[in-house]
Amino acid sequence: MSVVSLRNVSKSYPSSTKGGATVTAIDSVSLDVEAGDIYGIIGYSGAGKSTLVRLVNALERATGGEIFINGRDIVGLPERELRKIRLGIGMIFQQFNLLGSRTVAGNVAYPLEVAGVPKSERVARVAELLSFVGLSDKAASYPDQLSGGQKQRVGIARALATSPSILLADEATSALDPETTHEVLALLKRVNAELGITIIVITHEMDVIQTIATKVAVMDQGAVIERGPVFDVFSNPQHAASARFVSTVVKGVPSASELAVLRERHSGRIVTLSFRDTAVDQSEVFGEFVRADVPFQVIYGGVNEIQGRPFGHLTLALHADDDRVDAALGRVRLLTTVTEVR
Amino acid sequence: MDALMNLLPEFWTATGETLYIVAATLFFGGIGGLIVGLGLYLTRGGSILENKPVFVVLNVLVNLIRPIPFIIFLAAAQPLARSVTGSGIGNDAVIFTISLAASFAMGRIVEQNLLTVTPGVIDAARSMGAGPIRIIFTVLLPEALGPLILGFTFIFVALVDMSAVSGIVGGGGLGNFAIQYGYRQYEPVVTWAAVLLIIILVQLVQFLGNSLARKALRR
Repeated sequence: MSVVSLRNVSKSYPSSTKGGATVTAIDSVSLDVEAGDIYGIIGYSGAGKSTLVRLVNALERATGGEIFINGRDIVGLPERELRKIRLGIGMIFQQFNLLGSRTVAGNVAYPLEVAGVPKSERVARVAELLSFVGLSDKAASYPDQLSGGQKQRVGIARALATSPSILLADEATSALDPETTHEVLALLKRVNAELGITIIVITHEMDVIQTIATKVAVMDQGAVIERGPVFDVFSNPQHAASARFVSTVVKGVPSASELAVLRERHSGRIVTLSFRDTAVDQSEVFGEFVRADVPFQVIYGGVNEIQGRPFGHLTLALHADDDRVDAALGRVRLLTTVTEVR
Repeated sequence: MDALMNLLPEFWTATGETLYIVAATLFFGGIGGLIVGLGLYLTRGGSILENKPVFVVLNVLVNLIRPIPFIIFLAAAQPLARSVTGSGIGNDAVIFTISLAASFAMGRIVEQNLLTVTPGVIDAARSMGAGPIRIIFTVLLPEALGPLILGFTFIFVALVDMSAVSGIVGGGGLGNFAIQYGYRQYEPVVTWAAVLLIIILVQLVQFLGNSLARKALRR
């Protein structure tokens, strides 16, 4: 059973001007998040991804469709019921949103107070959580005495306090430097692996998806335009917007402008070879060019790895006459995908 | 100087009255201000208890009452003071009227202080299952405590100011003392003595407010 299941979920706002058209932030999105997933939702700012995640814990109300949390439809539930459901869904934020008037321990204890946990249990649970995120020595510090990475770790400890089954991460690493980002992502991975918590990660950084997500959905203009296992979307994006995100972490087929620059420096025919998984042996592919006596140069591209599976795109300039090149490409096409770029 | 010495008993009585009026109005006006300010903050668009009619009524009320010069408000609100406190004159009537005026002045300050609380913190509390009442007492007020203390210190000066014209409706205090025994009797020393004491009082409270706010802000 899906932990979170969205069925044709929509969210629209009344127009800010009288008589204007309503603004649709989320347009009929359906999505299934299975137990144990780290589900990435990526999109440019304004794509609706933050709104979507705020619908999951009903910080904002959906205006259409159904949202099932552990099998229960939460759309239309009264606020009082929603509060109970929110105890089972942790959330972390881009700006951390810690209470500046409380110490680190006080922040982590907050959701336990809301849940009515007795004081003695709270103290023990807070100590346990701070030890999990490696901040036991900061219990008495105030948030403004912490670095960004430490603040987010407090945020994570706080979000985990009531032992939720779901954790929502809304741009949780967007305010952090690359190194701290990886620390926080590693912690989220532990949360998923050791505590078995299903995580929904909202981000505009493909690197975040590549590092921790198992599945990904790409959002554009309020709709999910592509979804699937991360490897599939990365190695073979179906949508232009998805391809643009993928190209931020791995170079694909050169764009027209990039090609123009390449053309200035390289003669010969230019082709892009796409490798996917271990199905293709690169040495065999390059062997074909050597056997056909086609000298070549790798001029663009890269190879990457997702969950231990390699993929990539390499663009080659081939220096030989058309007959020899065509013969070689004919055999290479049997081994892998070839895109001739003109 | 002799005049002042002869008036010392009255001077201390007036000081006591000022302290009494200001303390009482700080209490009642402070509570009223918190209620009005929270009302404005919570019912505005996008807030946790969004309610446009309530917001509009409160907002208009604040804007109507705040610009009225206090000396006129004191006279205009006299019938209301009479029906609430039983008398239209004297210190109790003055306390009622100042508290009323201060509630609206303070309400605006409280609203502005609450607006400095990051909305994300309220989102975080909501995401943890907190309801509106809990959010008010465990998030909003503690997070805005430093600025709120400074706001209350600021309003304290306004209260001293307002209490000075209480003589109009038979109230006492240092303002009334300065006018009655200093200004009207051509005794500038008496007036200055009252002024000096008010300055000292305000300085003390400002110092206290600043240090409490610093403590709340941990700076």
